Amino acid sequence: MDSVTLEVQRYRPEDEEAPSWQSYRVPFRADWMVLDALNYIKDELDGTLSYRWACRMGVCGSCGMTVNGEPTLTCATYLKDQPAGPIRVEPLRGFPVIRDLVGDLTDFLEKLKRVQPWLVREDEPPLSAGEHLQTPEQLAEYKQYSMCINCMLCYAACPIYELEPDFIGPAAIALAQRYNLDSRDQGAARRMDVLSQHDGIWSCTFVGECSAVCPKNVDPAGAIQRYKVAAAADALTSVFRPWR
Amino acid sequence: MAVNPNYTPYHPKWYRRRIPIFWWARKLSYVRFISREMTSVFVAYGAVVLLLQAWTVLRGDDTYRGFQQWLETPAVVVVHAVVLLIVLFHSVTWLSLAPQALAVHLGRYRVPAGAILAAHYLAWLVVSGLVGWVLLGR
Repeated sequence: MDSVTLEVQRYRPEDEEAPSWQSYRVPFRADWMVLDALNYIKDELDGTLSYRWACRMGVCGSCGMTVNGEPTLTCATYLKDQPAGPIRVEPLRGFPVIRDLVGDLTDFLEKLKRVQPWLVREDEPPLSAGEHLQTPEQLAEYKQYSMCINCMLCYAACPIYELEPDFIGPAAIALAQRYNLDSRDQGAARRMDVLSQHDGIWSCTFVGECSAVCPKNVDPAGAIQRYKVAAAADALTSVFRPWR
Repeated sequence: MAVNPNYTPYHPKWYRRRIPIFWWARKLSYVRFISREMTSVFVAYGAVVLLLQAWTVLRGDDTYRGFQQWLETPAVVVVHAVVLLIVLFHSVTWLSLAPQALAVHLGRYRVPAGAILAAHYLAWLVVSGLVGWVLLGR
């Protein structure tokens, strides 16, 4: 096989009401990723094709697309691993399409801000007190969740996010947990106000696909379920110990 | 929270996909999820039958015996055998999620997923044994 066909979803809002498919024949190379094929199209065949990419090494999280129905990082998806026949490339599901393979991520960015994904301190010791020391066990508690690269594959895999757009979503909740579980953070109660709402953790019905597609093994589904347990325990505590 | 006016989420030109009603049929994992969720209806059915049975006990011997006779009719036995299988499927798929939801620590030691799963199955066995003892042991 010396070439392969890519069927790419195009959407040119100035010309068409709905997306259409366009086929491109690109060279097949065993070491090419889907992103390499898209770059070939952009450079050699059709400069009008729009998509996002940056690092080409699975770090920046920019090149997430739907390849043959699966949300994936195109820089980490080999052409050779795709089944025979045309390779279908679409934008990530769940996000409005601005153009071709480019989705609008504003909704996520707004939600991310709501969960305050930074270290919150109620008291700030003086600099002379030294660093906030942390044991390896304390680091291990949240490290997994800190690996998130905001690639949005988990949102694209989550049918709940597409059905209920108010849902805060997997990555934002996993990132909230990243800080909740950090021994240096004191903002768990503030985040609880946001996450314990209906559009927070309780919208999640544990489909589990967010964790299945995560390229960094963050396990957002696990983070959400753990947060549900914590929120339920908090509610029970507030009933039995309302003075706390 | 203010939204950047240049990036309103309701831009009329941006394309939004219509979600097909059978979105879950697209992928095996979605089918598995829907099956797990839908089988909870049969768990509810089992609970209703149990409550009805308790209610007939309160109503007296005749009502209880009538309900027992209905439970023993072949059609109901077949239906309840199928319901039992469905409820078992629901229970197993539900329990298999437990390790992902629970992070249990014993001091500095984090309990592994297998042990959490085993503990749930053990609890299930103990409760089932207790219920069996109450229903059949006398």
